[in-house]
Amino acid sequence: MARAICWSVWSSMSFSFVIAQILNGLASASSLFIVASGLTIVFGVTRIVNFAHGSLYMLGAYFAVTLMTPLLDVSRSFPMFVLGLICAALLTGVLGIALEVLLLRRVYKSPELLQLLITFGLVLVIQDLVIRIWGPLEILGPRAPGLRGAVSIAGVQVPSYDLFLIAMGPLVFGLIWLVLARTRFGILVRAATQDREMVAALGVNQSILFTGALFLGAALAGLGGALQIPRAAASPQMDIAVLTDAFVVTVIGGMGSVPGAALAALIIGQLNAFGIVVFPKSTLVLVFLLMAAVLIVRPYGLLGRAEPLSLRVVTPEGFTAIAPTSAPTWRWCGVLIAALTILPWAVDAYAQKIAIEILIFALAAFALAFLIGNGGLVSFGHAAYFGIGAYAAGLAVKKLGFGMETALLLAPLAGAGAAALFGVFIVRLSGIYLAMLTLAVAQIVYAVAVQWVELTGGDNGIVGVWPARWASSRITYYYLTLVLCSAGIFLLHRVLHAPFGYALRGARDSAVRADAIGLDVVKLRWLAFTLAGAATGLAGGLYAFSKGSIDPTLLAIPQSVDFLAMLLMGGIQHIAGALVGSTALHTLKVIALPLTDMWRMLLGVMIIAIVLLTPQGLVGGGLRLFRRSTRGGASA
Amino acid sequence: MIARPLLSVDRLTKAFGGVVAARDVSFEVGRGELVALIGPNGAGKSTTFNMVGGQLEPDRGSVMLDGTAITGLAPRAIWRLGAGRTFQIAQTFVSMTAVENVQMALQSAQNMSFNLWRSAHALHRDAAIGLLRSVGLADSADRPVATLAYGDIKRVELAIALAGAPKLLLMDEPTAGMSRGERHDLMVLVGALARDLGLGVLFTEHDMDAVFGHASRVLVLVRGEIVARGTPAEVQADALVQRIYLGKSGTLAAAEAGRSRGTS
Repeated sequence: MARAICWSVWSSMSFSFVIAQILNGLASASSLFIVASGLTIVFGVTRIVNFAHGSLYMLGAYFAVTLMTPLLDVSRSFPMFVLGLICAALLTGVLGIALEVLLLRRVYKSPELLQLLITFGLVLVIQDLVIRIWGPLEILGPRAPGLRGAVSIAGVQVPSYDLFLIAMGPLVFGLIWLVLARTRFGILVRAATQDREMVAALGVNQSILFTGALFLGAALAGLGGALQIPRAAASPQMDIAVLTDAFVVTVIGGMGSVPGAALAALIIGQLNAFGIVVFPKSTLVLVFLLMAAVLIVRPYGLLGRAEPLSLRVVTPEGFTAIAPTSAPTWRWCGVLIAALTILPWAVDAYAQKIAIEILIFALAAFALAFLIGNGGLVSFGHAAYFGIGAYAAGLAVKKLGFGMETALLLAPLAGAGAAALFGVFIVRLSGIYLAMLTLAVAQIVYAVAVQWVELTGGDNGIVGVWPARWASSRITYYYLTLVLCSAGIFLLHRVLHAPFGYALRGARDSAVRADAIGLDVVKLRWLAFTLAGAATGLAGGLYAFSKGSIDPTLLAIPQSVDFLAMLLMGGIQHIAGALVGSTALHTLKVIALPLTDMWRMLLGVMIIAIVLLTPQGLVGGGLRLFRRSTRGGASA
Repeated sequence: MIARPLLSVDRLTKAFGGVVAARDVSFEVGRGELVALIGPNGAGKSTTFNMVGGQLEPDRGSVMLDGTAITGLAPRAIWRLGAGRTFQIAQTFVSMTAVENVQMALQSAQNMSFNLWRSAHALHRDAAIGLLRSVGLADSADRPVATLAYGDIKRVELAIALAGAPKLLLMDEPTAGMSRGERHDLMVLVGALARDLGLGVLFTEHDMDAVFGHASRVLVLVRGEIVARGTPAEVQADALVQRIYLGKSGTLAAAEAGRSRGTS
């Protein structure tokens, strides 16, 4: 049977089809490479994964769209088009300089989580700025003069612009190679990519090096965006889309490696072009399988290298210490539960709905704090397990005809199952590599939810996911949520204080020490990932029934960032941070959303401000104030 | 009848790129014995050490621990077979107290680290305090390990290593960062532990007092190869070692340390 499928696939591919797909794949490989090379250079030098890289790409496209019209009015010629491309790239490069000087420079010594979050805050800000400046609708760019037609190659009509793109890839690669090999700046970039500390110790002017790297990286992103405008309209959604592509290319190629990015872009370009034959719906599945295969054989990508075994002792970002829960703390928990029990009788139906959501987010955020705060596993794709739980519950009810009770049992199982499966690949990595892979995996889950329309309903999602009759009143559902979320948080809390929680935190503090006392670090992390997946899946299932519907935004990056922002806001160093942060952020969102159409900008500015001003969050800041006031009282 | 050596290292070889960091390194460590591995910077001490401890996989050669081949095993497996280790740059769990660090090793030794339910706070606490007492740190048991002086952190590491009831202790520069008095005390302590518990100890060291004052045997590694071996007195008298490693002041220091050993 497999042979029959192969045969039908091959017979459907005529010679001209193969040629067309190869050229198509090469054109997309060129575009991919130009964007990804900028990301990888910036990472190599600064060790920061710049989430705003996709935003710079988008800005490059908008700059090009804006600049091209007046330029082509002067003279409708190909050189003017090229001039437009160069201007757009340079403008974006200048923005890269501003980004480095104003923001990144302040966080080079911060923990990875904060570095990632600050660049993501910028993504949110730029998204709203772009909508404010250019409007929410797509803008079509002019076609390139002289490249509007098609060329016939072996009987296939190939758009001339695709051939131009195919030429641009190697050209840019050559230029980058010249800069890296022949200039003093390039030599420093390569040296910093290999050993940043050594370059610093040699007295190299770091700030010029870093600013230069950001200029180069941003200019490449801008060029990538500008090159797209004759093919696709500029839109405010293009940032996240390209970001995933660029991440996948850099992870497969090896982060920091420009040739690796080129190699990976070539492979993925062809895989996309021919994958359509095998999986017409989703070539992303193929890309994921490729990524998984590469990471099993080479965890640091095709041409990447492992970070040198570091014995440097750094204080990890996360829970600082876990003391036995004291009697007063238990009493306060009792008071809180009592207050939450009488709450629905004291507030209106709308507030009850908000309270249900806060309870659900508290459980999901607590699970993320369990991973990041206790395990040091910075997951940037937490929404995937939330969404998988929600879809599992929704599908159980709508497609399998189960009741709510069974669906709420399946939700954590689905979350755990997905986390266990993806975890096999994810927990082999650590730090920034792990964060990238969690994000890439979440994006692929998102793409499947959008593209597998028959099962998931695509963008429309699934509607009519209502609770069982006995739980259909809002107050009853509130109590159900309260019981299940408290139980989930209690169980995770129990694990934090158990030998496993300690061992997990130990592996975060020093993986080398953990290994040297007989602990299987990978297995510890895998189990932690699975447990967090279960708790988050349960939260997702509860969310589905509270809303009555499910759609792919539950699995999307903004939802993952919301969970991270909750941790950041509450403070990642304290167990209670996630609970305080989820309450604070969701309340704020509910209040602010009706008042402004710039919620993303507000959230972005807030994230940036917290990272720069009070990285310890509300709980950390509150504790400090409390200690200061009690100390002041004692001395008075 | 010939007693089987505790640790037997046979022709271990490791190259990084074109640089051979260790070439055909062979030696043995017996029970109750303190064997020092010395040599100039870059001689391959840490490489050899990490191959014995499992942190590095050798290109060639074999390591036997008490009759079991441990070549290329993961550090965690080697630890379970009876080798405790300390690191050149101390590796502890910095978010925990001294006693919690030792409790972690004890709970791992009892295969309890995947227990999700029972409270870990009091688990093996008494035994952990006992181990801290044996390294002279019982009073600091509840202090966060991050607030301890570096010499004390090294002692916590030793207590962690002892928690697995090891047959062999691997100590990479155990006295680095310590004062002269602390160094002497630590080496006396390690010597006593080796004698009383019948442990074999392999250590690297830059401090000549520690080596020539306390080691039972000394191995000299230069450019990845063992160039001399023997009792401290034999190695100290070796003309080649004097020329290429100890130098004039080192030779004096070694002689001094050897003399004070006789008197103490």
